[in-house]
Amino acid sequence: MSTVISVEHATKSFTMHYHRSLKQIALAKARGRQTSDTFNAVEDVSFTVGQGESVGLMGLNGSGKSTLLKLISGVMQPDSGSVLTRGRIAGLIATGAGFDLQLSGRDNLWLNAAILGMSRAETARKLDEIVEFADLGKFLDTPVTYYSSGMKARLGFAVAIHVDADIFIADEALAVGDRPFKRKCKQKMEEIVAQGTTMFYVSHAPGSVRKLCNRVLVLEQGRLGFDGGVEEGIHYLHYDDDDEDTQTADDGLGVDI
Amino acid sequence: MGDLTRHRARDDAPMVSPSSTTGLVEVFRRRHLLGLLVRTTMKSRYQGTLLGWAWSYLQPAVRFCLFYFLFQVMIGRGAETTPNFAIHLFAGMVIIHFFTETFNGGTQSLVANRSLIIKLAMPKELFPVARMLVALWHTGPMMVILVIACVATGWRPDMVGLGAGLLGFAVTMSLGLAVGLTFAVANVYFRDFGKVAQTLTQFVTFSVPMMYPYTLVAERFGETGAHYYLFNPMAEAVLLIQRCFWTGSTDDPAATAAAHLPDDLWSRGFVMLGATLLLLLLAQLLFARLEKGVPERL
Ligand SMILES: Nc1ncnc2c1ncn2[C@@H]1O[C@H](COP(=O)(O)OP(=O)(O)O)[C@@H](O)[C@H]1O
Ligand SMILES: [Mg+2]
Repeated sequence: MSTVISVEHATKSFTMHYHRSLKQIALAKARGRQTSDTFNAVEDVSFTVGQGESVGLMGLNGSGKSTLLKLISGVMQPDSGSVLTRGRIAGLIATGAGFDLQLSGRDNLWLNAAILGMSRAETARKLDEIVEFADLGKFLDTPVTYYSSGMKARLGFAVAIHVDADIFIADEALAVGDRPFKRKCKQKMEEIVAQGTTMFYVSHAPGSVRKLCNRVLVLEQGRLGFDGGVEEGIHYLHYDDDDEDTQTADDGLGVDI
Repeated sequence: MGDLTRHRARDDAPMVSPSSTTGLVEVFRRRHLLGLLVRTTMKSRYQGTLLGWAWSYLQPAVRFCLFYFLFQVMIGRGAETTPNFAIHLFAGMVIIHFFTETFNGGTQSLVANRSLIIKLAMPKELFPVARMLVALWHTGPMMVILVIACVATGWRPDMVGLGAGLLGFAVTMSLGLAVGLTFAVANVYFRDFGKVAQTLTQFVTFSVPMMYPYTLVAERFGETGAHYYLFNPMAEAVLLIQRCFWTGSTDDPAATAAAHLPDDLWSRGFVMLGATLLLLLLAQLLFARLEKGVPERL
């Protein structure tokens, strides 16, 4: 099994600016207040992922999951340490894909596909399949501004899943989709995992992580708290305590997969 | 399903940093994406208008007619000192418009595409370059109107003139892209740079010989004044464009060129091209350094 993702001592810090204008900064300084604050959203994280592994990335809100995925997908660079990958990466980071809201769904489809590395011919070949999967009907040709968050998720997911990626990233992407769509997405994700695509899947639902993943990483305030098996990971998070209700109520799809 | 055609990275492919790009070089490798960005930028430009792209002909045509009536018919300006003043002015405007649109558009380009940049990885030079190409596309209609006016006054294309025009555009393109790249990334850090760009572009309009003839500069500020005046790459570019269109439209092109253009127009032009290309290289280096911090600051 060859390595496709290698993260070594990666740290990403953010600076929060409380004031932006010179006047505000001067006033804050004069009163002895802090004008900015730096913290590590991802701190000294190391792990490697082999080809075909399906990793569930878990952790509380604000623990750095999306930031870690931004490092892996190349949207951001680590301040120290290194992140290396092999092959094409596609997926959705944080809720909602990257769209130009002024443009129609169809224009955004082409744009997204091109950004993810698909050629004109490749997009044209898969166009019908993508359109059918997104299932937006006549709204495909209206500006994305008027889309509900669920509709945006459909379009983003439809494009990303049809990129022949080596690494697929799904970051709480489906949290806003309706149940039939979630089910369709899960099925598609299982399919590409079966084909040997490496998967990074963020979810707060133990049921869906159990179904889809064979490894769990847990982030705690930016640090890697756990790296190991699925059951142990879920237990580590104490997410198994109330698992029974979710399981029965949600047949493994989870509250917000 | 596309299972059979599923692509796989080779096992022996090297591990790379997912965010690494080769800047402008990569932009021209990803022409499909660049083309889409250019088209979508133009689309949103005329969104909601009934006349659509016809506006890109109407606006400059109206402007040219205004100039013509104001300066040549009403004021009768420069009939003897600056013949065909409307063409003198409009030729300069074509290239100044190209520059200011590249500059201002480039400056806003990263902020305007925030929603894409914070979610997806791509070479960010794409956005200023796309704005430059949009600006270049918009000079098309202005060129058409300029050429019609020139032909009507007896202008015929000559190779030397066309060379001067191309050189002028090359200087403008590399300077516009250089400042566009620099201000695009600076504007992410401090939005003040957007205002600075707007102020500078207003200044540019008056710093080039289009509303007044170049001869006026030497007249008022002497030889040394004119010498420093020509350190402005856009002043040089405007003179090159006027060599391309305006001088040829006057009754005695050779005499007009001799009287109204500096003797060392060509040597200055090539030096300017070298200088602006160097600026472009520096801008690319600066951009590559600063773009790391862009997604988190948008
Ligand atoms: N661009 C940014 N600037 C400043 N702080 C940020 C930025 N992006 C994320 N953060 C902060 O980093 C922390 C981790 O965020 P995130 O990775 O989105 O967490 P998660 O996805 O696990 O909920 C949060 O405290 C968030 O507020
Ligand atoms: Mg998140």
